Amino acid sequence: MPGLGTSFGRGGATTFQQDLQNSDCILIMGSNMAENHPVGFQWVMEARERGAEIIHVDPRFTRTSAVSTMHVKIRPGSDIAFLGGLINYILENNRWFDEYVRTYTNAPVIVDARFQDTEDLDGVFSGFEPKEDKYDIASWQYDDMAMHGSAGRRMGSAVSGGKQDAHPGEVSQEAQNQLLEHGEPPHVDMTLQHPRCVFQLLKKHYARYTAEMVERVCGTPRAEFLKVADALCRNSGRERTSAIAYAVGWTHHTVGVQYIRAASIVQLLLGNIGRPGGGILALRGHASIQGSTDIPTLYELLPGYLAMPHKENVDLANYIEETTSKAGYWYHTDAYMISLLKAWYGEHAQPENDFCYGYLPRVTGDHSCYPMMMGMLEGNVKGFFCVGENPVVGSANGPLQRRAMANLDWLVVRDFVEIESAAFWYDSVEIETGALQTEKIKTEIFFMPAADHLQKSGSFTNTQRLLQWHHKAVDPEGDCRSELWFYYHLGRKIREKLAGSNDPKNRAVTELTWNYPTEGRLAEPDAHAVLREVNGWGPDGKALDAYTKLKPDGSTACGCWIYCGCFKDEQNQAARRKSRHEQDWVAAEWGWAWPANRRILYNRASADPAGKPWSERKKYVYWDEAKGQWNGPDVPDFEKDKRPDYVPPDEAVGEQAIDGKSPFIMQGDGKGWLFAPDGLVDGPFPAHYEPEESPVNNPLYAQQSNPVREQWPSANNPMHWSDGKPGADAFPYVGTTYRLTEHHTAGGMSRSVPHLSELQPEMFVEVSPALAEERNLENGGWATVITARSAIEARVLVTERVPDYVVDGRPTKVVGLPYHWGVKGVVRGDSVNDLVGISADPNVHIQETKAFTCDIRAGRRPRGPALRDLVNDYRARAHLPLEE
Amino acid sequence: MMAVEKRVARSHPLARQLRGPDKYALADAAQSSVTASLQPRTQTADRVVRSVCPYCAVGCGQLAFVKDGKIVQVEGDPDSPISRGHLCPKGSATRTLAQSPIREYKVKYRRPYGTAWEELDLETAMDMIADRVIATREQTWEAKGEDGKPLNRTLGIASLGGATLDNEENYLMKKLYTALGVVQVENQARI
Repeated sequence: MPGLGTSFGRGGATTFQQDLQNSDCILIMGSNMAENHPVGFQWVMEARERGAEIIHVDPRFTRTSAVSTMHVKIRPGSDIAFLGGLINYILENNRWFDEYVRTYTNAPVIVDARFQDTEDLDGVFSGFEPKEDKYDIASWQYDDMAMHGSAGRRMGSAVSGGKQDAHPGEVSQEAQNQLLEHGEPPHVDMTLQHPRCVFQLLKKHYARYTAEMVERVCGTPRAEFLKVADALCRNSGRERTSAIAYAVGWTHHTVGVQYIRAASIVQLLLGNIGRPGGGILALRGHASIQGSTDIPTLYELLPGYLAMPHKENVDLANYIEETTSKAGYWYHTDAYMISLLKAWYGEHAQPENDFCYGYLPRVTGDHSCYPMMMGMLEGNVKGFFCVGENPVVGSANGPLQRRAMANLDWLVVRDFVEIESAAFWYDSVEIETGALQTEKIKTEIFFMPAADHLQKSGSFTNTQRLLQWHHKAVDPEGDCRSELWFYYHLGRKIREKLAGSNDPKNRAVTELTWNYPTEGRLAEPDAHAVLREVNGWGPDGKALDAYTKLKPDGSTACGCWIYCGCFKDEQNQAARRKSRHEQDWVAAEWGWAWPANRRILYNRASADPAGKPWSERKKYVYWDEAKGQWNGPDVPDFEKDKRPDYVPPDEAVGEQAIDGKSPFIMQGDGKGWLFAPDGLVDGPFPAHYEPEESPVNNPLYAQQSNPVREQWPSANNPMHWSDGKPGADAFPYVGTTYRLTEHHTAGGMSRSVPHLSELQPEMFVEVSPALAEERNLENGGWATVITARSAIEARVLVTERVPDYVVDGRPTKVVGLPYHWGVKGVVRGDSVNDLVGISADPNVHIQETKAFTCDIRAGRRPRGPALRDLVNDYRARAHLPLEE
Repeated sequence: MMAVEKRVARSHPLARQLRGPDKYALADAAQSSVTASLQPRTQTADRVVRSVCPYCAVGCGQLAFVKDGKIVQVEGDPDSPISRGHLCPKGSATRTLAQSPIREYKVKYRRPYGTAWEELDLETAMDMIADRVIATREQTWEAKGEDGKPLNRTLGIASLGGATLDNEENYLMKKLYTALGVVQVENQARI
């Protein structure tokens, strides 16, 4: 979540679910929380019972809307216009939290004179290089600040290799703001009047995002928008706080990171970050999606949001220099990185050999999942591990995914059941149409049955950064094994086969620390031992209790610095289960949250600059003068004894360079960022751009879509033209995808379960009565939904829960599509992602599935080659290349 | 003695309905002896193991009830400060997830151009996969870029997955892949 990381410093939810009960107003947007996070939603209901206003802004009326105090409709893909409207409302009506904004955000900072806004350049910022579809971000800097951008240093900086390197998306990124160095404090105007100060630039940027404009772009009635704006403002300030919850309804766009940035700006202006009942709660869809970004199986990261070395980082000294900040906790990057290398290479990692840094592979561009699939299509990627993941159903453009996998030399699929990604070679639409033929597919496939969570021990990190341990209840049956078992023994076998080799590339494997104790009949590795390595140990071999103990001299080892402390006192802190009945509502002794077991991040902001609670009602962490420390029910997100009036001496570095009233301690300037001078590749302020495929021209700018979005146009991935271009009218409707309570993503864990399959047996499509009439669709009957990628069939559900829109004066209708089905499982149906083309956010490479264009007609889809004919007929009408 | 009396009494529901306080036969009077002897699986389990729901990221506490080495029930954990004992439809179906009628228990192998699955021994499969990793790595290794700077990597191998896996599993995956020079390591978090 670079949206959160760039704004506040850490790429994780700023708060925890239970804290929602303290909110006076909760805005749920880009999320259907009641249906997709039902148990977490109880905390929203607690707030409502206490009188809070619950606002659901969503393209559909869902069960979340049904129990909210207000449902407000919004056209899919237009949320930045709505959020920008809120920002404009706050600024025009003097509703911002003045003391918070002046002291805790970068509102007073003067920006480089070369900076030009989208208002000046009709939809692009200064630095846009149209030939390369990217920005040079030099002009976005603070005034007079040195620019150190060089390849590999910064995710936001222009990096070699065409597409920019950037950090992922549901993913976080923390390493940033290194450009701000102590000794060069930014120029500020505390009166907020300077025409180039962030506050004035913000005003100018959003001046045209009026209630009228919101209505025009979003199709949201003006009066309803104003009710939302007023409710948020009324419920923010010293005495009251509002929270925002979102999910992938915000991230799945070509400008998704900026959706979250826009929400961050709203919350900073209203003073809602770091305070009880405030914050931004990112709702993740998988048990350990936060964990798998913290300890990343992502190409551009090492554990703890350390950057993966770039080719330009030729040695450790260069890597450290490029990724270290003078101020804030990223000053200690050397300690984090060297401790990681010690954890991985043990005694082999020594100062004289750069702690084995030279063994690490280097990135040179975008190696994310979609370029990876393109690499398979081109024949460059030959072997593929597909682990608890079902890309031919769950990733955009199913036909492309299947063709890519059919071009592999070998494939390993690990799952509970035979998912579609294991079966595509004999059971798929392409086999049906003849586009692929079983006996011509070369891919060698190993299907490896997986153990489930009851058959293994380990920890998940949930949506609020909380590590919770699950204990093994029973042994796995048959050949079922955990991933821990699979990767440990695979590594063991590879190491045995490479033993004795002097080739440096093989020594990178044979010198790896890989001696985990195993137990039982199956020789299952001890997950505790792995978590203990993640936590790290000191020179005495004992588990460390805090990342502040890590050293850059090789005397400490730590597998993931932000998790340091999770094995404090040699105890598995993630396994703590002190009942909620035996502790306060914060429940600090249940599991363990990174960092340092903090539950609300940036909680120093819950006190005023002098360290006093903003109000008795919203008291949380505050300065206790008598004890000389910060107190409260949570772990202070601040050095415990740093006084509120602390002023750093000139020579101070690291956390000591952050003053006593700057709560965002991971940021180089300690401030929440209304304006992001660094860290994002597509703009320092969010601007509304239309989705890649849109029914309208952008009413706000001449620039239609995000100018630096990622695109992979080809005959395998044709994208529709937007309004005004020939062929755009072939696909007149807006499609959007979503989940159902009874199913889980691509279905591997729910279409295999009879109970759940019985509850939601069949793929369906939701349309409004007006659309049903327009296309002769009958409730309960069949419909075919068509795009240039494919056509699928579904049962029709005609419902007023899907509203119609008027966008920029034009009627616009929406087709709603739950995306869980595929050709395998207890219940089967066509896959919605077969319809979706691949285009992506340039920061995080996340695809746009929440807004695309399509057509719908009555009846079932054609079978066999006739399906291809139908799609080709549409491609011809849409002025797109035909499928072979 | 008591048990006999009870069984006798239970054999005459009408009598119980007429004589007892449950005049409308909505409670005890309607209960058969079979029903009376039923016990919830949670009570007859040998042990209870603390777990966490594997579906979404709310992180609901689960209690897994085990009898004779089998999972017999999965319930919400009332001690959890997050979920307070609740589970949603998916979480409530966890036992059936683990015991799905279509769950696979054996390694399956499809040879190149093959038209059907074949059986394969787990140990053999592991060796074959290890061999393929080594061979593909050797074949696609990039030691240096065109400018002579080190790359130490292979773009011939890729991995996708992990958001339903444990932290410890992701850690071993990242550690092994990185040592092997595999950089195309990706995750549902992106998707």
